[in-house]
Amino acid sequence: MQPGTGRWPRRRTLAPCPFQGLTFGVRQTTVMYMATSDEELALAAAGGDAAAFSKLLERRYDSLFALCFRLTGSRAEAEDLTQDICAALPAKLAGFRGDSRFATWLYRVAVNAAHDRRRRAAAHAKAAVGWGDRELDRRAADAEAAENARWLRQAMRALPNDLRDTLALVLDELTHADAGQVLGVSEGTISWRVSEAKKIIRARRETEDRT
Amino acid sequence: MNDDDLERLKTVMRAATPVPDDAKKAANLALARKSFERFQGSKDALRQTPDRPETGLARELGKMLNFLSNRVALATSTAIVALGAVMLLSIGVALDPPTISASREAVTPEPALDYQAQAGATAEVRSSAGRASAERRLQALSPTTASGDSDDAPYAMGEIGFERHIVEPSWPSLEGNSEEFASAGDNQVKVTAESPVSTFSIDVDTVSYSVVRSSLLNGYLPPVEAVRVEEMINYFPYAHPAPDGDAPFQPTVSVSTTPWNAGTKLVQVAIQGALPEIEDRPPLNLVFLIDTSGSMDEADKLPLLKQSFRLLLGQLRPEDEVAIVTYAGSAGQVLDPTPAPDRSTIHAALDLLEAGGSTAGQAGLQQAYATARGMTEDGEVTRVILATDGDFNVGLSDPEKLKEFIQRQAGNGAYLSVLGFGRGNLDDATMQALAQNGNGTAAYIDTLGEARKVLVDQLSGALYPIADDVKIQVEFNPAQISEYRLIGYETRILRREDFNNDAVDAGEIGAGHSVTAIYEVTPVGSPARLTDPLRYQADEVTSSSDELGFLRLRYKSPGSTTSRLIEQPITSDLAPSPEAGFAAAIAGFGQLLRGSSYLGDWSWDDAIALANANRGDDPYGYRAEAVQLMRLAQGLDQR
Repeated sequence: MQPGTGRWPRRRTLAPCPFQGLTFGVRQTTVMYMATSDEELALAAAGGDAAAFSKLLERRYDSLFALCFRLTGSRAEAEDLTQDICAALPAKLAGFRGDSRFATWLYRVAVNAAHDRRRRAAAHAKAAVGWGDRELDRRAADAEAAENARWLRQAMRALPNDLRDTLALVLDELTHADAGQVLGVSEGTISWRVSEAKKIIRARRETEDRT
Repeated sequence: MNDDDLERLKTVMRAATPVPDDAKKAANLALARKSFERFQGSKDALRQTPDRPETGLARELGKMLNFLSNRVALATSTAIVALGAVMLLSIGVALDPPTISASREAVTPEPALDYQAQAGATAEVRSSAGRASAERRLQALSPTTASGDSDDAPYAMGEIGFERHIVEPSWPSLEGNSEEFASAGDNQVKVTAESPVSTFSIDVDTVSYSVVRSSLLNGYLPPVEAVRVEEMINYFPYAHPAPDGDAPFQPTVSVSTTPWNAGTKLVQVAIQGALPEIEDRPPLNLVFLIDTSGSMDEADKLPLLKQSFRLLLGQLRPEDEVAIVTYAGSAGQVLDPTPAPDRSTIHAALDLLEAGGSTAGQAGLQQAYATARGMTEDGEVTRVILATDGDFNVGLSDPEKLKEFIQRQAGNGAYLSVLGFGRGNLDDATMQALAQNGNGTAAYIDTLGEARKVLVDQLSGALYPIADDVKIQVEFNPAQISEYRLIGYETRILRREDFNNDAVDAGEIGAGHSVTAIYEVTPVGSPARLTDPLRYQADEVTSSSDELGFLRLRYKSPGSTTSRLIEQPITSDLAPSPEAGFAAAIAGFGQLLRGSSYLGDWSWDDAIALANANRGDDPYGYRAEAVQLMRLAQGLDQR
């Protein structure tokens, strides 16, 4: 629009310095949650209890991160995925009703987030293939470890996503029934997938042994 | 069958799994806490009366422990405490077994339950109308969710659960980055008879449109939570009637047909801010607060920022003054207040800026405000312009304090505007929060063209406030309108009683700004009504007025603490504004990007046709660009 309408408002002078003595502190909450179950904490957190949420996540963080690594195969990816989950968890938690174990529920959240990430990565055409080399190689100090790392990488890469996800859970000591709950399929499907995965890995090993 | 492979895989996997990085862990935990607070905050704000469910055991245990420890302080027997703690710990162990044995029946439609539970959780905060439509959409979606046993089920769930869901927040990041967006679920349809009043704050930010553009130009659809329809609509200049005389702005209400629904109408409330003569404007004091942290060292960040500010300098007048403060590691003043005509000094200071070091935003902010205070004389306009890529580590450990601080500064006349640069780290949520509390605007600069729009073409609007705390309240007449829905402004909704409360902050209008809000309304008797009338509550309508509704606007003159009121009836004979078509096209664009369920089979082709038909006089090509973006989005939306 063309200028020329109205008048410029005039302001008054500024008041004296308003931020003297201002401190930016951290709020502390100390509540004892030592002995409470994950499920209780989760329900308390879903009801708005920040301390319960904090405690719960601290307790579950390491296993969550480990699962993220198993799902993605790279430290960087796992860290990003964990971050995604941490950011979205409070909202998701509102839907936790305590009708499944919290660990199972959290794993389901993680698996869904991993799918989401994968799909987005694929859409960007710069998909991280998963099971990237850097982290594994970095950790492979000696020859045997290096061989193991190479084997692990190739084994995981050979698997389609659904089998890989299944293994990520089963290798985390989840029962087939629990893994089924996380992935939303039956126990039988999990058992079938595990045997499919074994077949693929064995087939790879046999091809390698021949060459 | 060879179980050795599996065993080996397990062993090797365990060895390969890294320990979480401590720093990352701390950061992620902090992020989660922040997100938790924000989520609780938005929930409570919407809900007004926080009703925390009784959480039984957790609370009881807490009480018990408190009780024990209090008692123990007085009593002598510490053995009792030890016993108590051991007992509780063993309960914890018992409640937290490493595995459970689930039977086959227990397997499954868990994701579906989860989804419904989530929908239910958010439905609590909505009107019953919202719940009804949420349920309707759930039913529409249920064919996908119903199957439990097929291999595809969890993936389909992931899709609904994590991307285009109707429920609130989603993953806040793009792949591999840490962007955060301020977002909220779509506004739901309201039944006029149940909640006739809609109240919100205006929003003149344009970040969302720039982020959408930058995403589309990079070849992907923007994250749903980055799409704020009102910011897309308000990105464009419109030729609305200018105010007469000394009024700071002029509201124009128009009623037109809805492009995507024959049974509803669009009520557009457009506000046009006055644009006084440039020559008369009061002297301006600008303090650039520039993020020079290491992450700014990319072509579309610090270098673009320098170019942008050079453009801006060309717009300043001889009596204006500029100062530059940087923050990175230690905050520093790199340019003392300098009169605008002294271009060479200012350019030299800009040229010397280099990215490096970590971010310490808070000290920089304080220094910038201190500088601003020193520059201000009576009758002058002062603004701090914060330019950052989002690495704004403002000591946000206590966001409330920061908010108060910025609000107080704004109350004293030093407004804060935020310019975002670069992608990958853009903390849109913080940018919005800072600008809103600082009575300023937030803009995202992705190209030099955008810099020109924000800092040259619309500089006056960005820098000179003409009305503060502008709130809009519309009361719909249930005799005429059965349902209504506010398109966009999800993050700006106010409570009804906040409208008259001058202590409640709202958006500002700058010189020459125009702001548009669009309601989709369903006339009484229209077959497009989504909700059914209630059976047990007499649907009595006492009003015999033929007005569709009543518009109330509140605003404060800059620096004033009391608001003024503008009122105007909304009648059905209000002619469609010539600009209504384009605003509707952009509203459709935004809703398509958000995957809104209200558009029916209205498609990208329809949006493009509507925008093209309403390009009007488009001197800078903004509208033509929007059409290009729609075409890009159409191509990308084939998933």
